[in-house]
Amino acid sequence: MNTDYAAIVITILLTVATSTLLGGYMYRVFTGGHTWLDPILEPIERLVLRLTGVDPTEQQDWKSYSISLLISNVFMWLATWTIVTLQQYLPLNPDGIGNMAPTLAFNTISSFVTNTNLQHYSGETGLSYFSQMFTITFLQFVTAATGVAAAVATIRGLAGNRLTYLGNFYVDMTRATIRLFLPLAVLVAMLVMWQGTPQTFDGAATATTLEGAEQKIARGVTAGVVSIKQLGTNGGGYFGPNSTHPYENPTPLSNFIETWSITIIPMSMVVLLGYMACRRKLAVVIYATMLAIYLPMVVFGVAQEVGGNPAITAMGVDQSTGAMEGKEARFGAALSALWAVTTTVTSNGSVNAMHDSLTPLGGLMPLVGMWLNNIFGGVGVGFINMLIFVIVAVFVAGMMIGRTPEFLGKKVEAKEMKLASLALLWHPLAILVGTAVACYVWATTADPNGALTWLKNPGPHGFSEMLYEFSSATANNGSGFEGLGDNTAFWNISTGVVMLLSRYIPIIAPLALAASLAAKPAAPETAGSLRVDSATFGVTLWAVIVILGLLMFMPVAVLGPIAEHLALQ
Amino acid sequence: MLNEIKRGIFFTLVTMVLLGGGYHVVLWGIGRVVFPEQAEGSLIRRDDSGVLGSRLIAQKFERPEYFHPRPSAVDFNAASTGGSNFGPSNPEYLKQVQERLEAITTREGVAASQVPSEMVTASGAGVDPHIPPAAAELQAARVANSRSLDLTGLRELITAHTEGPTFGLLGRRRVNVLELNLALDETFGTPAPADGTTPVEEQ
Repeated sequence: MNTDYAAIVITILLTVATSTLLGGYMYRVFTGGHTWLDPILEPIERLVLRLTGVDPTEQQDWKSYSISLLISNVFMWLATWTIVTLQQYLPLNPDGIGNMAPTLAFNTISSFVTNTNLQHYSGETGLSYFSQMFTITFLQFVTAATGVAAAVATIRGLAGNRLTYLGNFYVDMTRATIRLFLPLAVLVAMLVMWQGTPQTFDGAATATTLEGAEQKIARGVTAGVVSIKQLGTNGGGYFGPNSTHPYENPTPLSNFIETWSITIIPMSMVVLLGYMACRRKLAVVIYATMLAIYLPMVVFGVAQEVGGNPAITAMGVDQSTGAMEGKEARFGAALSALWAVTTTVTSNGSVNAMHDSLTPLGGLMPLVGMWLNNIFGGVGVGFINMLIFVIVAVFVAGMMIGRTPEFLGKKVEAKEMKLASLALLWHPLAILVGTAVACYVWATTADPNGALTWLKNPGPHGFSEMLYEFSSATANNGSGFEGLGDNTAFWNISTGVVMLLSRYIPIIAPLALAASLAAKPAAPETAGSLRVDSATFGVTLWAVIVILGLLMFMPVAVLGPIAEHLALQ
Repeated sequence: MLNEIKRGIFFTLVTMVLLGGGYHVVLWGIGRVVFPEQAEGSLIRRDDSGVLGSRLIAQKFERPEYFHPRPSAVDFNAASTGGSNFGPSNPEYLKQVQERLEAITTREGVAASQVPSEMVTASGAGVDPHIPPAAAELQAARVANSRSLDLTGLRELITAHTEGPTFGLLGRRRVNVLELNLALDETFGTPAPADGTTPVEEQ
């Protein structure tokens, strides 16, 4: 167990250290500076912009920027929806996968366009290689880039002084795709391939086992999906069980590389803020606040999983290696718990252990990560969520000391607070109302024979399954308590709609907020101004996030995971 | 507006070809040249070049002459993998664990406290290729008995096939079941078939 703890510490330290380097690289990319990869990547970037018909010097205000964002996303949705519903007739389908059914296709495409990657299908039986490439991989790149573009534009707005234009959407988008995600994805794909992840166009292999039975082994273009699903906080696996599958995550070393890939870009976004807004101390305060929530969650989650399942301990089994249901022997309980927390605070949603089988409180940690949704968060969007909390914390602190709330020298007034509240309140509303509706539908359609219908597990855990599904859809996370039989019209449509709204409201409201702040003149900071780059503000921010972000979820946490935990003791 | 729509369509098409097509083909090329074995799925082939399995994918072992892998919720179906998704308090699940435990303690003749939790819980993907060394040790006596082998030699084989954490740091100590069973056949010969069929010759 001791090596596991050392591994966790080193994983986190290495990710934090490299994020400072990548943040600097991203700063150069998004401010038009030069990088050592220019000779290879600049021609590709220019080619994409020329073929798209974009004038790179054109500047857009927040409305025009948002319209470009929405329209591009509409066409991505339409194109990929067409592919999966017709995949049977398209090439690269060696295993003869059929077309995707309409409500499942609606859910799947909405899920991937919104960077959620909630999967109501299983990769090896639901998608052809063509769909994995031109739908899944394609969307995993461009939706991650959409999030980064929105975050970069928001930062420009917050840092700007009497600024009307936030940048050019297609330029930001192309830079994020070509200069940030593409080189990193190629690197990570090569590393996991070295460790054993396949990348082949051949269909499933048919083996005759040592005992003489036949075993069909699904394969495919896995390495290319694994790298970008991790880096772009997408999380949608090539195979059903995601990175628990030995092909997606063959060794502890690949597990380390993939864990690094989950948080590296979300962490670098904070560093990027420091550079772009010329506020390094503010970036340090935000980074430290995020770590001060993330680290205790890791410690708690690891302790729960390593502690094992008390019901199994009672049977007398040797549980010294922790709760192992749904986990892989090569990773063990501790590294699985690290991943579970990391993948949900960042809105990634890939898994290296089945979350439905986590211990009750170990499974509460992913829920908490998704409820907060801003501790590093999804690439771009999680960071935007954090900025919204920063604005609220500024407002709260301003009220407490009786001063006009100011952020970076700009007055925070009613209009900004309304936009921040809109972005903030949508999140609990969708999760809690969604779960309530699901419970109602489940109860009214209950099987008279007492069957669980779409639930796999009875009691509080069944409630947690529904709660988790709506938390995951709303947080655009994509992991699941996969025991939930979610490929039904109700789940496909309800979570599909929730994912779409939960993606675009928290992107567009902050853009409007940033534009509103950008248009204001910056007042010089005086001794009377609220210092946002101080430890005091960090503590305030921490408290605002924990209290505002978690208190409304306390009742459902008690009904689900906490009730199950108490029942198991 | 027309211009916006045009840009949306063209951006989608251009990036789709580049990232969906070009990216995967380049990686496939790198795989063919640099990692040919891994890129096709780390397959183990027989002498006649038929596929025996993948060193990364567990296969089902039931015969007493072989070491057994962890329980699988999908019966080792590597074309439709998955975990059990049982919650920790589900009575049906706990009954299943209890049954597995009883089967193991009976089969191996050991006490419950000697059974590592890996052997009574289903793995995440249902094709976990590894077991912890304690789980191999647990089965050693049964394997040695059914093959009439010396236990010491068998234990040496297990030790030789035990992998430690990478760089002494990452991951758990583990044994690859398929590789261990292959080595077993290689060192001590293929067991006589239980059902009268001819044994399959492997590499």
